[in-house]
Amino acid sequence: MELSPDEVVYWTFGYAKLNKTIVTTWFIIFFLSFFSWLVTRKMTNGIEISRWQNFLEIVVGGIRDQIGNIGIKEPEKYIGFIGTLFLFIATSNIATIFPWYDAPTGSLSTTIGLAFMVFCAVPFYGIAQKGIFPYLKSYIQPTVIMLPFNIITEVSRTFALAIRLFGNIMSGSIILAILLSIVPLLFPIIMTVLGLLTGIIQAFIFAVLSTVYIAAAVQNKEKVKSN
Amino acid sequence: MEALTIIGSVSIIVSGFTIAIGCIGPSLAEGKAVATALTAIAQQPDASNTITRTLFVGLAMIESVAIYALVVSMILIFANPFWNFAITQAQAAVR
Repeated sequence: MELSPDEVVYWTFGYAKLNKTIVTTWFIIFFLSFFSWLVTRKMTNGIEISRWQNFLEIVVGGIRDQIGNIGIKEPEKYIGFIGTLFLFIATSNIATIFPWYDAPTGSLSTTIGLAFMVFCAVPFYGIAQKGIFPYLKSYIQPTVIMLPFNIITEVSRTFALAIRLFGNIMSGSIILAILLSIVPLLFPIIMTVLGLLTGIIQAFIFAVLSTVYIAAAVQNKEKVKSN
Repeated sequence: MEALTIIGSVSIIVSGFTIAIGCIGPSLAEGKAVATALTAIAQQPDASNTITRTLFVGLAMIESVAIYALVVSMILIFANPFWNFAITQAQAAVR
């Protein structure tokens, strides 16, 4: 039994390996970019818009509203990062309905990479918003004693983010594999539907948590007091 | 071979205990969350959309604690580093 799609290796060249995770990740990336390019090629702001532009407007507007609901004043600044995370994870989880496909999010290397991006984006946005010294000052916010705990929080929540996504998707595929050997008729389909629901919810949670972390880094002191 | 037997049996037993004990807390929490959400929906059926969405997000976050336990037990069974180390040691001893 395979724990992750990392173990399916198509091509090896010295140290470099071309495994199923990389192939499916690039497939998802190409699909998303090609689809967006195809739709936005003939973009208009008139009254008559094509149906796919309408679809993308719903998606982008929905993501922007969700980011705004969490408490970020200017969602347009962060929608590029957070929306990409959500769309990538959601698409790669939904695509499990295709046969011979393993979700790249079921591999720890993908989820660690995504969580590391969040780990880097939080100080980036925080420094860009507040300046370097006010941001660094937030690490010693209550007292200086809290400095190691704040750093531990940063690292451990990154790992929690990665392992939450990995574990949910991986457990779905493993339960599916176990069920296929016990009750192969019809019952795995129900678990696949449940897995699709779990995948969407996990993509949503990943995006929401990264938004919360970024919002905690960029929010101003006065705003906290007014709340 | 003695070390291999000990490592294998301890890994299997501990992975069983991991998933058994690790599921108690999250299942209690999920039950409480669902019960509270049902009460809230019964009191305010108009807010059921918001309650359901928040419930699903909360359930997934609670469930991830159980998933951590599952990941640890899966690592113990399928990708145990000590088992691999003992296997390579045994192979080196045979050669």
